[in-house]
Amino acid sequence: MIAVLKHELKLYFHSLTTYVFGAFLLATVGIGAMLYNIEAAVSNFEYVLSFCSLVLAIIVPILTMRVIAEERKQKTDQLLYSLPITTTQVIIGKYFALLTVFLIPLCLISLYPLIFSQFGDVYLLTSYGSILAFFIMGAALIAIGVFVSSLTDNQGFAAGISIAVILLNYYSVSLSEYVSSTAIGSLIALCAIILVLGAIIRYLTKNENVAFGVCFILLAGTIIAYFVDATKFEGLLPSIMAKLSLFEQFNVFVNGVFDMTAIVYYFSVIAFFLFLSVQSLEKRRYN
Amino acid sequence: MISVEHLTKCYGDFMAVNDLSFEIEEGHVYGFLGPNGAGKTTTMNIMTGCLSATSGHVIIDGYDIFEEANNAKKLIGYLPEQPPLYMTETPVEYLRFVGEAKGLRGAELAQQIEEVIQQTKIEDVKNRRISTLSKGYKQRIGIAQALLGNPKVIILDEPTVGLDPIQIIEIRALIKELGQGHTVIFSSHILSEVQTICDQVLIISKGKLIAFDEPEDLEKRLLAPNEIVITADADAEEIREILTDVSHIIDVSMEEKDTGFVEAHIKTDHDNIYELSRAIFFAFAEKGKALLEMTLEKANLEDVFIELTENNDDDIKPTEDAAGIESTEGEVDGE
Repeated sequence: MIAVLKHELKLYFHSLTTYVFGAFLLATVGIGAMLYNIEAAVSNFEYVLSFCSLVLAIIVPILTMRVIAEERKQKTDQLLYSLPITTTQVIIGKYFALLTVFLIPLCLISLYPLIFSQFGDVYLLTSYGSILAFFIMGAALIAIGVFVSSLTDNQGFAAGISIAVILLNYYSVSLSEYVSSTAIGSLIALCAIILVLGAIIRYLTKNENVAFGVCFILLAGTIIAYFVDATKFEGLLPSIMAKLSLFEQFNVFVNGVFDMTAIVYYFSVIAFFLFLSVQSLEKRRYN
Repeated sequence: MISVEHLTKCYGDFMAVNDLSFEIEEGHVYGFLGPNGAGKTTTMNIMTGCLSATSGHVIIDGYDIFEEANNAKKLIGYLPEQPPLYMTETPVEYLRFVGEAKGLRGAELAQQIEEVIQQTKIEDVKNRRISTLSKGYKQRIGIAQALLGNPKVIILDEPTVGLDPIQIIEIRALIKELGQGHTVIFSSHILSEVQTICDQVLIISKGKLIAFDEPEDLEKRLLAPNEIVITADADAEEIREILTDVSHIIDVSMEEKDTGFVEAHIKTDHDNIYELSRAIFFAFAEKGKALLEMTLEKANLEDVFIELTENNDDDIKPTEDAAGIESTEGEVDGE
């Protein structure tokens, strides 16, 4: 794992994308800080992060697009498979390298509140709480990016899909206002989601029995739950969509609450997508 | 050292490897021969843990490649068909990563990197970016990578493909050299290559092992020399007449040459071909006709290869190591 981490870091610092990523993040945060903290003289640095969070939807996919897709394209994944290291170690090593690349500009950004505090009252706790949350949210987005990159050998495709997925996640709160909030609407949507889930399982495992089994159990459970208590389904879909938004959870931190459930949610997303990435790499051996 | 037991790999309906079994002993150079698409790469990928098998086992020095992957992989150095190189790095950086991933640290790592650089003769380019190097050097770096960690077995997948003749000779010499300290398995579809480098040849076709023997024995066993080509100072009729007195001739075919002489191809079922050539010599001598040229047509590995891989499966004469595969064939095909 350490070997992969060191190697990835070396590759990152030899590649332009890393510097573009860092520069872009610093530039956006810099502009934000200028507009909010200097021009408008607001002492809350966390607003800047909130303003910048959408930028992550673009730059994280650009950072993560090559992580596995490129290995596949150059056939270096064969080396990783034949080395005496496990796929989990490979993914974790790569993931930590990405986190390091993300952490470096954040370290610089962490100085801003301290600098601003020299000139007035800055809520340092909220500021640093938000920076930490910003890092963990970014880590969750990176995990999604790693997974998408593991699905293809085309970097551009990986970046495009990641951007689409993250933007969808970003706008899911706004979209949730437009989806049906009736019980039957929620039921139909849930069934559709279960079918999509089944299709993904089918794609990843190439095992129809498992996919059909999971689909059937979930569908049956949902429909039974609907007939037992239909009122529970009212407004379920919009609230699920709002809850799933990584960015919406981040706004809680910006408002000055260090929300442990959000942290747990971020870590679950990280664990889930890294697990999927490992499975996706493993699956290549079973194609 | 390595035992492959009833290995089968299916890609959907296509059966790339079909109930393959063989044993690899320590300290030999093994050639893995087969036409394109025979399942060589698939088999090697499975043996090195890059690919899973549909069924069957690969045991490396007691470790199952699927169950105890890390222990098994430590014993193997693998060079895939396309050398897995990171183009933006230098060979030294690349080898350091592979060495570290193989668990080497500190002074030992530095020493081993130095050793493999010497062994594969990449000293001159060790600090240049890999993307700028020639294919021959890339191949060497790939081999250097496989040598790190001093594995017992080196597996090379078509190491000479796409190289120029000089590079091919150099890589072959390197493989021979490696054979002195390691067990080497390499695949190829070039016969002369296998013939010159290997102690043992495995021929596979359509995912099945059809022969496993020493190159010389393969020739001897599968195609004994059974044809004599003569050019005599006589016309076709005379030659035919002279040969009627010689026994054990099953077929004679004539060919008019540009030189004006007739070349006769004599097929025989005689066990000892020299007996027959002696008889032919005396038959011509008796009639006072000169034998201008006499050659024993010896089969080479190429003929064996073509015969084995092109014939229908029923015609294949499996050698003893490959026996038993035929018997299970029916049920595997049926799956």
